[in-house]
Amino acid sequence: MSAPSQDVATRNGVVVRALIYALLILFAVYYLLPLYVMVVNSLKPLDEIRQGNMLALPQQWTIAPWLSAWSTAQIGVSPTGLKPYFLNSVLMVVPAVAISTVLGALNGYVLTKWRFKGDNIVFGMMLLACFIPFQIVLIPSARILGLLGLAGSVPGLILIHAIYGLGFTTLFFRNYYEAFPTELVRAAQIDGASFFQIFRRILLPSSGPIIVVTVIWQFTNIWNDFLFGSSFSSVDSIPITVALNNLVNSSTGVKEYNVHFAGAILAALPTLIVYIVSGRYFVRGLMAGAVKG
Amino acid sequence: MSFLEIDNLDKSFGTTRILKGVTLGIEEGGFLVLVGPSGCGKSTLLNTIAGLEQITSGEIRIAGKRVNELHPSKRDIAMVFQSYALYPNMTVGENIGFGMEIRGIPKAERDKAIADVAQLLQIGHLLDRKPSQLSGGQRQRVAMGRALVRKPQVFLFDEPLSNLDAKLRIDMRTEIKRLHQRMKTTIVYVTHDQIEAMTLATKIAVLKDGILQQFGTPAEIYNNPVNMFVADFMGSPAMNLVPATIGQSGSESTVELARAGAAPVSLALNGASSALSAYRGKEVVFGIRPEALTDPDGADRNAKHLVTTDCHIEVVEPAGSDTFAVTNLGGKGVVARLRADARIKPGATAPLTFNLTKAVFFDPATQERIA
Repeated sequence: MSAPSQDVATRNGVVVRALIYALLILFAVYYLLPLYVMVVNSLKPLDEIRQGNMLALPQQWTIAPWLSAWSTAQIGVSPTGLKPYFLNSVLMVVPAVAISTVLGALNGYVLTKWRFKGDNIVFGMMLLACFIPFQIVLIPSARILGLLGLAGSVPGLILIHAIYGLGFTTLFFRNYYEAFPTELVRAAQIDGASFFQIFRRILLPSSGPIIVVTVIWQFTNIWNDFLFGSSFSSVDSIPITVALNNLVNSSTGVKEYNVHFAGAILAALPTLIVYIVSGRYFVRGLMAGAVKG
Repeated sequence: MSFLEIDNLDKSFGTTRILKGVTLGIEEGGFLVLVGPSGCGKSTLLNTIAGLEQITSGEIRIAGKRVNELHPSKRDIAMVFQSYALYPNMTVGENIGFGMEIRGIPKAERDKAIADVAQLLQIGHLLDRKPSQLSGGQRQRVAMGRALVRKPQVFLFDEPLSNLDAKLRIDMRTEIKRLHQRMKTTIVYVTHDQIEAMTLATKIAVLKDGILQQFGTPAEIYNNPVNMFVADFMGSPAMNLVPATIGQSGSESTVELARAGAAPVSLALNGASSALSAYRGKEVVFGIRPEALTDPDGADRNAKHLVTTDCHIEVVEPAGSDTFAVTNLGGKGVVARLRADARIKPGATAPLTFNLTKAVFFDPATQERIA
């Protein structure tokens, strides 16, 4: 009796599995469709798009729209392409991510391993920063940037992003270090290690997964930010999100959809790359073997 | 004067007093074990000695020098943690050498010290491995190596064996004792395991609720517990604590133990201390260790005062080396420890010998020792 029922069970398993996969593939296709449309249309001449078949593959392949979006397209008043703004974004994102990650790690370290009276209140207030709608702080921020002489500059944007990222980075690191064995810190104290030595030699080497999480989160948020970028930048500090908007809205006659598609992909590319490159470091359990096994 | 002195130490977290006026000291080269149930403050006491916790009041002195304000690294102590606390990102060698590296000791000297310690603990072949690649016992050794390499004035051990399996725990216990005999360094050792305390210590401090209950040699603690808590906590199986009455037979005091369905057992206490005469006619708690209650053939021939009486045996538990028999006295199960081959059957009546030289008496109200 057991043999036939086993057989049925296996066959049922295959059917269910096939169904699940079919459904998953369907959703994946559905989800990837916009990207497909963007990619194929960015590789077509404008005439082909005007014929109206958005889903068709290009009859005549061309990378001209990409070159145009990168270096010659009209953005606002100047035909510079997205290149200078892409650089602005890089100059803004890299320091902002680095600063907010390092400070978040230090905050998490202090809030879990160097507890002080009222530490939870401080942490609660930092958390609040995660939930404040940014629109509320626009005017005070503008005022402070003005007072600091950083208005309309890349360092000003770095400052704003670093500060508003701190709430989340602190949250990430605090929760991660909460589970980090305090005995390791105590052992290091007895070994004579200082505050920063403990941080650098003991905690940081074990923080790989949370650093990756934080960097991905911060990079995506800051790179994709439009509100601060459009509010606090001037001509030579405009980030790519704002430039993309300007590219699409610059009206010099015809709307070059293929260039717009290429520009949008260019603007999204870095976050995509960050995910693909560092996503696999997510899962590593670096703490194995620290304490009892 | 003791080498490590703890003087009237108080420690509070907020309004909760964790340690209440603890005073004790250990001579140089001594092995002090702090023992007590969970939450008694023993680990906190160890942490205050290490300097990992600030104390609220009192004083800690090492070699006559007040260390209250000193940073843990300046107290000349080394600590072995319950979880071993090995740095996961460093190899075994780097773990052992980390403290020296921080203190700026040259690499050659460091390597020499690491090699010496590794040889002492037989972990030389593990020096290049990461802690995650080690077994529990090996991690334990590395943690000890990290402490040993400092050559401190005082070693602090925080339940170092509680994460090991039963067999390894006994091996490591012997190893720690051997190391202590060889290095002759003062050790303070925290455990909740009273057998570890008995086997390792030169002095035991029993703590409960932050109050030092008794401080003395293992023999003192075991044979002369000052109150019912210490009597009950130390020893396995635990001391039998039986409600009893002090009676009188002629000029002698006797102890009367109630029995279900039979006349009370009356044991003459010839030569018992005068403290007990004051309790004549009153309730006391009669304490006797299982090994002082045995079959007549197994009784200690040198004991001054043996009394044999028939008891109804309820349960027999052979344990290989001994046989434990449970009888009912004073409304409680009382464990007797018999020779392994003692002929005894559950449900029958058998003679049991009380070694009353070893018996102790407590006041049921205060739980303090009477005699």
